Amino acid sequence: MKLTVAGNVKEYEDGLTVAKLIELEKVETPEYVTVSINDEFVPGDTFEETVLNHCDSVEFLYFMGGGAYDIHQ
Amino acid sequence: MTFTNEQLERYSRHIILSEIGVKGQKKLLGAKVLIIGAGGLGAPAALYLAAAGVGTVGIADADEVDLSNLQRQVIHTTADVGRAKVESAAETMKEINPDVTVNTYRTFVDSSNIMGLISGYDFILDGTDNFPAKFLINDACVLAGKPFSHAGIIRFKGQLMTYVPGEGPCYRCVFEEPPPPDAVPTCRQAGVIGAMGGVIGSLQAMEAIKYIIGKGELLTGRLLTYDALKMEFRKITLPKRNSCAVCGINPTILMPFDYEQKECDLK
Repeated sequence: MKLTVAGNVKEYEDGLTVAKLIELEKVETPEYVTVSINDEFVPGDTFEETVLNHCDSVEFLYFMGGGAYDIHQ
Repeated sequence: MTFTNEQLERYSRHIILSEIGVKGQKKLLGAKVLIIGAGGLGAPAALYLAAAGVGTVGIADADEVDLSNLQRQVIHTTADVGRAKVESAAETMKEINPDVTVNTYRTFVDSSNIMGLISGYDFILDGTDNFPAKFLINDACVLAGKPFSHAGIIRFKGQLMTYVPGEGPCYRCVFEEPPPPDAVPTCRQAGVIGAMGGVIGSLQAMEAIKYIIGKGELLTGRLLTYDALKMEFRKITLPKRNSCAVCGINPTILMPFDYEQKECDLK
């Protein structure tokens, strides 16, 4: 099946789960990534059982700090 | 208010824009923007907001200028090392544009003072590094009904989104809870290219200006990501999360609170 992952269309095996895709795509800090499928968030505790379908568009959203270091007490 | 001849000349490149004009420039001069964190993101944002004639700019930061800041925090100079960042930033901004009133808050921003700090401002710009502060700013802005720009930078990457009350998801919709300390690399550990603060901080200033003049499309419900090595910008659609603890259907966060901050991040 075809998936759009982070904007790139690629071929994947049928029955792929979100958890397996995270592994395949070597997602950085996989425990703390937010995933959306077709512009809907996937609950973090359902990555193992959520199966992707042909033509799904998947995005990974990463925590990013930055700026100043010193704001909090 | 009427413009002086000097103001007409200073803002001429704004005034000539059909999206700004005299009316828009007056809005900018009457606007109040608060920048939390005078660092890699806050420094370029503060410079552009001051130059644009945003009439009141607040800057909150408890820290002093360090030599290692100067690689990206372009509002401070070598001679400012050791000075309070808010003082150094305010001085530069006033030198650029004496029209601007700069309010300095040399303080740690936490749950005890954030509601008071943001209450007098039209738009908030998050220039902080750490996740507890980012969640605090988000929660406070959602609760107070204030629009704000969130941003993050690391290595050769940056991202930003804009929250406008009633018009889309908040930062907590996307990320729910801060990661545990050290789970996600910070700039201090991983480094950041100095110009990244310039790119993303300037985009935050752009969002503030567009909000004030009421023109164009803001990054509400969208995360703009920038990968400098690939030289690639992407806009990712962000849905609202109905279960969001602060802006969802049944919110459980009714007042701002502080997450614990790791000891070595305290400075």
